Amino acid sequence: MGMIDAAGITWRAGRATLLDDVCVEAGEGELVAIVGPNGAGKSSLLAVLAGDVRPDRGSVTIAGAALRGLRPAALARLRAVLPQKVTLAFPFTVAQVVEMGQYGRPYDERTQREVMDATEVAHLAHRAFPTLSGGEQARVSLARVLAQGAPVLLLDEPTAPLDLRHQEQVMGLVRQRARLGDTVVVVLHDLNLAAAYADRIVVMREGRVAADGAPGDVLDAGLLSEVYACPIEVRDNLVLPVRHCDFFPEVRLPLGGPSRTSSSAPAG
Amino acid sequence: MTQQVRGARPDKTAARTDHRAAAGAAGVARSPAASRLLIPALAVLLATLCVVSAGIGAVQVPFDEVLGALTGTRTEHFEVLWAIRFPRVVLALMIGAALAVAGAGMQGVFGNPLAEPGVIGVSSGAAVGAVGAIVLGFSALGGWSITVAAFAGGFVATIAVYALARNGGRTEVVTLVLTGVAVNAVAGAVVGIFTFVADDEELRSITFWSLGSVGGASWAVVAAMAPFALLGLAAMPLFSKALDLLALGERSARHLGVDTERVRIVVIGLAALLTGAGVAAAGIIGFVGLVVPHLIRLVAGPSHRILIPASALAGAGVMLLADLAARMVVIPAELPIGVLTALLGGPFFLWLLRRTRREQGGWA
Repeated sequence: MGMIDAAGITWRAGRATLLDDVCVEAGEGELVAIVGPNGAGKSSLLAVLAGDVRPDRGSVTIAGAALRGLRPAALARLRAVLPQKVTLAFPFTVAQVVEMGQYGRPYDERTQREVMDATEVAHLAHRAFPTLSGGEQARVSLARVLAQGAPVLLLDEPTAPLDLRHQEQVMGLVRQRARLGDTVVVVLHDLNLAAAYADRIVVMREGRVAADGAPGDVLDAGLLSEVYACPIEVRDNLVLPVRHCDFFPEVRLPLGGPSRTSSSAPAG
Repeated sequence: MTQQVRGARPDKTAARTDHRAAAGAAGVARSPAASRLLIPALAVLLATLCVVSAGIGAVQVPFDEVLGALTGTRTEHFEVLWAIRFPRVVLALMIGAALAVAGAGMQGVFGNPLAEPGVIGVSSGAAVGAVGAIVLGFSALGGWSITVAAFAGGFVATIAVYALARNGGRTEVVTLVLTGVAVNAVAGAVVGIFTFVADDEELRSITFWSLGSVGGASWAVVAAMAPFALLGLAAMPLFSKALDLLALGERSARHLGVDTERVRIVVIGLAALLTGAGVAAAGIIGFVGLVVPHLIRLVAGPSHRILIPASALAGAGVMLLADLAARMVVIPAELPIGVLTALLGGPFFLWLLRRTRREQGGWA
């Protein structure tokens, strides 16, 4: 049994089935990437794993204990969650936000410094969080998540707002945490980041698991092309969308749109 | 290749220097000089205000005599001070502290700087409780009957606003303010009904409740309010850390280990307790809970560990000043203090609303 284990998860919201009999697990020291097109249920799955929502069917265990029976404080010692979007109601400083990761235990200066160094946000310590750029905010939030020191990390698109350097840095950091024995479940859009860093990739489609396995097995051109409904090539474990074809139908702007666009079109 | 390595080296050094600077900065952020000095400074200011406020009025008492009376020296004005001035000062202190801390707590739970007992209808809910207790003759709890009724009214109003205005762990400004409008309207109508059926004597106290005044201060009023106010003031700081985390939204706060369900119901209860105590003792006194925490945040940042005690001190000070002004402006008559705080607080609220809208880039 894995460190975190979801079995037979079904979650319906109204008439939509967000998750349909999903089984996912991640073991100690394992980095599992969840990929899939928009609306495939990646974030929904993460919300269930985090304990934010109670699914209609199925159960989640974490470190052998049923998620349902754990108090927030006990759960926070087991898992940390990085949401896709972080908002802050009041202008706390970066240092204060990162310190929030240590809620419920005595403040440790060393942890604080380590996580801020690792995410390269130390120089922002005194800045008010809302004044940061999106990428900086994402790194500060990751620092907060790491400061929690939980053995299970659930990350929803941690690299989405980051530049190239920080994407690699964050994935490397997370990889390192896995090597030290943590369990990491990360939702990613970039299939190549998933291929490079994940032990296992779970491909989701329409609320179901379409594939689950090692990157080499899962990253199959046929499967990905079908799941993403878009021609995709895979070469040397490198995923490439096919860009030279006229796959997407031409989009015509509605009449009366900006005249510059239509007049410049024939020239191009 | 070599160049790359060489290029990387200064980068690393830079990162290390950064890190040292940040260690200092992190230390500063944890206890900025402004916030370290703020609380002692406010305490000194407040003590001075107390003496001034006790000395000034229809009968002027020299300040050394006020200080003397405190230590038990019997002088000419000893009786006046102890029977009239001191209870009034103590009552104003408690109400100011209670309203400001209630405001700070509510803003924390709602994750919204515009949540204030008066604006969102908690004060008028409490007024319904208080007025209802008077008109219906509820006195089962003796001197505490009106306070308890005010608390119950305030609590119901807060729960209503909370249930109606929250969406996804956060409150939009527009929804919050509009919900407040609705709650205030209903509360106003209920007070109207009580006004309609009240006799002359009851009418007078209803007027007193809706305008707000500490003119009726006595040790009995102080005693009726004190247990509730002190309980609220003592308990609210226990939730500072949790309130900080609620700024991240309810989901993230829960991820970090905050029992959000428990925290919000307890903090709402405490805020209603504090507001109820204030309203029961002196009627509706608006905007103190809005203005004071906001000013403190501007000076010392949003951390509730400082915000709550500093708001208590500053709220008490603002109330003393307001009471002083209420007594001085139209001598020998007295302006109702609630009228005064609303006159000053209303424009401040508009300014804050404008600022919030600018920050949010407008609202639909």
